[in-house]
Amino acid sequence: MFKYLPHTEQEINEMLEVIGINDINELFDEIPNKLRNHDFDIPNAKSELEIHQIFKDLASKNKELIPFIGAGAYDHYTPSIIRHLILRQEFMTAYTPYQPEISQGTLQYIFEFQSMISTLTNMDVANASMYDGATSTAEAMFMACGAKKRNKILVSKTVNPNIIEVIKTYAHYRDITVDFIDQVDGATSLSDLEEKMSKDYAGVIVQTPNFYGIMEDYSGFKETIEEYKGLFIVNSDPSTLTLIKSPGEWGADIAVGECQTMGVPLQFGGPYIGYLATTKKLMRKMPGRICGVTEDTDGKRAFVLTLQAREQHIRREKANSNICSNQSLLALFVTIYMAVMGEKGIKEAQKNSYDATHYLFEKVTALDKFEAVYKNDFFKDCLVRTTLDPKVIEDKLIENGILGPLSISKFDENLADCLLFSATEKRTKEQIDKLVSILEVL
Amino acid sequence: MYYDKLAFEISKSGHTGYSLPKNVFKDYKISESLLREEKIVLPELTEFEAVRHYTNVSFKNFGVEKGFYPLGSCTMKYNPKINEDIAALPGLSNVHPYQPTKTVQGLLEIYYNTQKILSEISGLYEFTLNPYAGAHGELVGLMIMKKFHQDNGDFKRTKVIVPESAHGTNPASATVAGFESVEVKSNQDGTVNIESLKEVLGDDIAGIMLTNPNTIGIFEKDILEIAKLVHEAGGLLYYDGANLNPLLGQARPGDMGFDIMHINIHKTFSTPHGGGGPGSGPVGVNKRLVHLLPSPVVKKVNDKFIIEDQNDTAIGQVTHFYGNMAVIVKAYTYLLTVGKENLGNIGRYSVLNANYIKESLKDLYLLPVDEVCKHEFVFDGLIDKSNHVTTLDIAKRMLDYDVHPPTVYFPLVFKESLMIEPPETESKETLDSFIDVMRKIALEAKTNPELVKGAPYNTVVKRLDEAKAARNPLVKYTDLIE
Amino acid sequence: MSKVLDGLYYTNSHEWVKVEDGFAYIGITDYAQESLGEIVFVELPEEEDQVNAGEEFAAIESVKAASDILSPITGIIVMVNDDLEDSPELLNEDSFENWIIKVEMEDSSELNKLLSKAEYEDILE
Repeated sequence: MFKYLPHTEQEINEMLEVIGINDINELFDEIPNKLRNHDFDIPNAKSELEIHQIFKDLASKNKELIPFIGAGAYDHYTPSIIRHLILRQEFMTAYTPYQPEISQGTLQYIFEFQSMISTLTNMDVANASMYDGATSTAEAMFMACGAKKRNKILVSKTVNPNIIEVIKTYAHYRDITVDFIDQVDGATSLSDLEEKMSKDYAGVIVQTPNFYGIMEDYSGFKETIEEYKGLFIVNSDPSTLTLIKSPGEWGADIAVGECQTMGVPLQFGGPYIGYLATTKKLMRKMPGRICGVTEDTDGKRAFVLTLQAREQHIRREKANSNICSNQSLLALFVTIYMAVMGEKGIKEAQKNSYDATHYLFEKVTALDKFEAVYKNDFFKDCLVRTTLDPKVIEDKLIENGILGPLSISKFDENLADCLLFSATEKRTKEQIDKLVSILEVL
Repeated sequence: MYYDKLAFEISKSGHTGYSLPKNVFKDYKISESLLREEKIVLPELTEFEAVRHYTNVSFKNFGVEKGFYPLGSCTMKYNPKINEDIAALPGLSNVHPYQPTKTVQGLLEIYYNTQKILSEISGLYEFTLNPYAGAHGELVGLMIMKKFHQDNGDFKRTKVIVPESAHGTNPASATVAGFESVEVKSNQDGTVNIESLKEVLGDDIAGIMLTNPNTIGIFEKDILEIAKLVHEAGGLLYYDGANLNPLLGQARPGDMGFDIMHINIHKTFSTPHGGGGPGSGPVGVNKRLVHLLPSPVVKKVNDKFIIEDQNDTAIGQVTHFYGNMAVIVKAYTYLLTVGKENLGNIGRYSVLNANYIKESLKDLYLLPVDEVCKHEFVFDGLIDKSNHVTTLDIAKRMLDYDVHPPTVYFPLVFKESLMIEPPETESKETLDSFIDVMRKIALEAKTNPELVKGAPYNTVVKRLDEAKAARNPLVKYTDLIE
Repeated sequence: MSKVLDGLYYTNSHEWVKVEDGFAYIGITDYAQESLGEIVFVELPEEEDQVNAGEEFAAIESVKAASDILSPITGIIVMVNDDLEDSPELLNEDSFENWIIKVEMEDSSELNKLLSKAEYEDILE
């Protein structure tokens, strides 16, 4: 017997008798013999104690470092209650809420999630979540191309390069052309947008705070894009929107981004959680699941998945997106985060991150071998140029238990000597001072 | 007492549920022109209020630990607790994705070993663990298919064959990957009709997507013949891993001739469904397609693990980082717990359970395909339809008996589909009590049909007005108070 | 049995055409609304859009289905029934009374290719 399998010998025989066969392996008789001879060579079963030891050893092969890096994944504070609540079996082990009468729990938190994302982005409607910020941006591109029946998209060069890579991949196979808008001083150039925008483009994708951490000013963007009946797609970190102008305020038609910044552990890159929000006008062109309010036969308020006619299980080959699963449990995670932090808490954590990053920037750029790259103000990532070898910096900091800045040479050869630093509310002044003191003697 | 409050509705001005360290830095100012002006509507709760609220919200859900969850094609097996403990180890979870590879050797070892075990189980040569979910895996797999042909200078292959019994995701994924889908006729048991297949095969076909066993739970007996025909016509075979569970330790898609496949980790390898995610959808390919796997890829060189981009040959990047790593950690924990000794019994017992229920109920429920099934099978409603009790009614009545209903109205090939999948972790007692419930409902349908048609009665809400929700969508809190 | 009206032209895909004052009014049949179930949304085209025979010009969504509506004839849309935007259920209430678009036909001989009441009734059987 094995702990995850319940049948005794006698029960198996009773069941076989009902089925009318003698041997359980007869259940596989129709599979050609040729396919039945493989000896599955996987590791032997381990006991619980052995498992703990194996993973303790594996974990010890990872170095726990204090991160001064963001670039799409940020080390923010996680209130303790969240993990306890999301581990509740009612949330964790449930399937997609297709039977609303026994899924009101999931549906309600999706509704709360949609409400919270809508208010932060200042959009009319948000969906129940996407895989990550990068794929949600690519889905926004599909949505724009579908809504506008155009197959070209304009993307700012200041968007996180990993997001751009995902956009390019998604676009390529669907014959969508991706063109780029140049940057000026680390921010998307309005004049380049004005020059390039045309009726061929379904939409324009920008990000704020962008890859360099810079908070972009979109004055004039909406007007330019609207003139050609394109859609304005803004990617932003929703936690920063408690302080800076939201996509809705800039006139965005679609708002997308990554919610990892709301307390989701770094987890080596996933699971994270993307969001997608839009206007009432475009609601029925959205990908993903949407929860709405209705009544039951007694007139009691209830939640239900709605607008399902957009989705793949109904539209099949005519669907504009194939997404089914999303990151529902992570949606619960950030919903609890937003509920327990409130506007005030998120704002405080973000302002603290903003201040910590600015303190770090001031200290680092005061050193001889470092200087500022752009003049535009940034949020919680900042770009710094150095005369030192990034590899030397990385190794030296790791020796001291610190995960240093990201060398962005891989993404942009013009910025090969530049480093992207980040600090959050979890970084203390002492930690920043220590980082600076190590850099100082290099 | 039914708990009906939203977090917004228990909010009290001034309540606070967090504590942060004092901001010791100077107050750096954000430029006025960039500041947010619109107001934000978020709840204000104390910590305990938040805990009690979400606990009460949770009570409105049905989960695998509460009762039987025989949802067809979803493999709702037990989600082991140790998986969660392991994935939460600080050394595995507090790791930034940009940590240099030399500082994440443990995680990369998990990633690499999981790839290798998935290869061994499925017979595909190499895997990427990047895709986030089954549908994401399908998209990635089809991109691989497309690039394979294009790299051969073959641009004519614009169509993908999808059986009419396939899940809606298959044709949707084909569209999103820039293919046209072509339906191929099925035999009465949902298996591919070889003659129809021959008719559609040609130099415009990029490949075929198959679920094996299919959505009716029937194994494609002619799979070797199908593979031969598709390959001869220059196409590739894609395996949709939604139904992999019954084949664990029994047979391998790679040996059947499949070139590309995805695995639904959250179905087959015990990670929780989470109310709709996060899942994980690793994609495996045979040897000639390895260079197409999306970046980044994890490799082992001289006993060290490295991460490589292979953007010059690959389909491109499909995730921001490396996929849902914490889900992979859980799957690896499960695979080591199960081990070689128990793998085969997962497949065996899932098939045993399905056939046992099928044989125990086919005198009352219409079994359109009366064959040995694999892990799941489909009833086409009740045999006796004289009282017009539908599959929806039966499903809703099950709620009153504390059973999660099977998948309903799918596959589309039958009008009243009830698709039942009892995973291997369910005991005979559970199956027997489910059989009792199903028999009881069949009897009620005969003697008191209105009772069944009015169900459910014991749930927190009754049947919902779905048209109302869709006609006038109220999709956020402020829509309710305006 | 679904309702079928006299004096209208029909298509295999369950649309109808009524000609009045030289204009063509286009809608969906009673059978179509019945099979779709509770209609929740109609995606309408815009006035002055061109429609082509056999090509989609609108989409109708019910709770559990979505269906493209094909134009039986070629022409230019001169009017759209905006009432359907806020009250899609009108199509459930009376799908013949509630037309979807009014079209200026390019070639009225196209009408000859459509089905008569009797021919359409044969299809429904």
